[in-house]
Amino acid sequence: MTTIHLEETPHLTYVLRLADSALVLSHRLSEWCGHAPMLEEDLALTNIALDLLGQARLLYEHAAALEGHGRSEDDLAYLRDAPQFKNLLICELPRGDFAFTVVRQTLVSAFFHPFWQLARSSTDRTLVAIAEKAEKEVAYHLRHAGAWLVRLGDGTEESRRRTLEALDTLWPYTGELFEVDEVGEAMIEAGIGPDPASIRPVFEDTLDRLFAEADLPRPAPTWMQTGGLRGVHTEHLGHMLAVMQHLPRAYPGARW
Amino acid sequence: MAEAKMPLWEVFIRSRTGLAHRHVGSVHAADAEMALQAARDTYTRRGEGLSIWVVPSAAITASDPAEKGPLFEPTASKIYRHPSFYEIPEEVGHM
Repeated sequence: MTTIHLEETPHLTYVLRLADSALVLSHRLSEWCGHAPMLEEDLALTNIALDLLGQARLLYEHAAALEGHGRSEDDLAYLRDAPQFKNLLICELPRGDFAFTVVRQTLVSAFFHPFWQLARSSTDRTLVAIAEKAEKEVAYHLRHAGAWLVRLGDGTEESRRRTLEALDTLWPYTGELFEVDEVGEAMIEAGIGPDPASIRPVFEDTLDRLFAEADLPRPAPTWMQTGGLRGVHTEHLGHMLAVMQHLPRAYPGARW
Repeated sequence: MAEAKMPLWEVFIRSRTGLAHRHVGSVHAADAEMALQAARDTYTRRGEGLSIWVVPSAAITASDPAEKGPLFEPTASKIYRHPSFYEIPEEVGHM
């Protein structure tokens, strides 16, 4: 099935970024299905994956409506190539070990919980409806991942070592959460998207509290990765999309 | 070893306001907070719950199945304890 190309406006690009981040992170979490350290956690991680998949579906539906060419959520998810994906890089990194997954989910949720809270007063009514739902879901993701972060950070020697390693790898990817380019500026201007600068203090407070409880040092300021929002990705996304998109591309229109 | 770090917890869910919590199963978890989350993720996936209790399985004192004779058989001959011998007056309606 051939790749589609969208006519992007800032508004469409903005919604696609949110949709892509939710979908890609959902897929990474779904990779734990059948592989989590215990059955209870297998269910917890796939529950989170399904929440994010639900958010991605609503956001793609919204994006398709904004584009107005009659495309479906599936077209947007399955018929675009890696350079057209605009997810945050932190979402596409391979799932790693359990500590890596916990640290990533904590960092991403610590950003998106206040993000969705603020998005409830967006001028985009559809985004408001999505935010109402997502805010509650992400509150739980943060609670769950945060509880594990505390237990792994302040757990055994091995759990602490793995958590610190994950933090070292992931921290340089947190800069992108707060990046504002011309699309972001236009969305803040139009009252559609929250200003990441107003999310920063809440994000920092959440991490201060969790890291103190987990007895983990706050990572030192460092050089930050960038690119995902513009479609410049790590080598991992293409491989992930090959798996995720294989079926609908090989068998167009396939149904259960 | 694994059992000591991840003990078993019994899960009770209240499905609707006014109903009692009912035992629904068990989960493994390191502590009470994680047991509550595991119970939420395992047993309330289809909108079953309004409230969750978790109790360490070790805190439950159970009757010995070998004693079921002395414990439960004596009631078998006391059928008059069942309310089926009373006639309910019409005015009371459905009970």
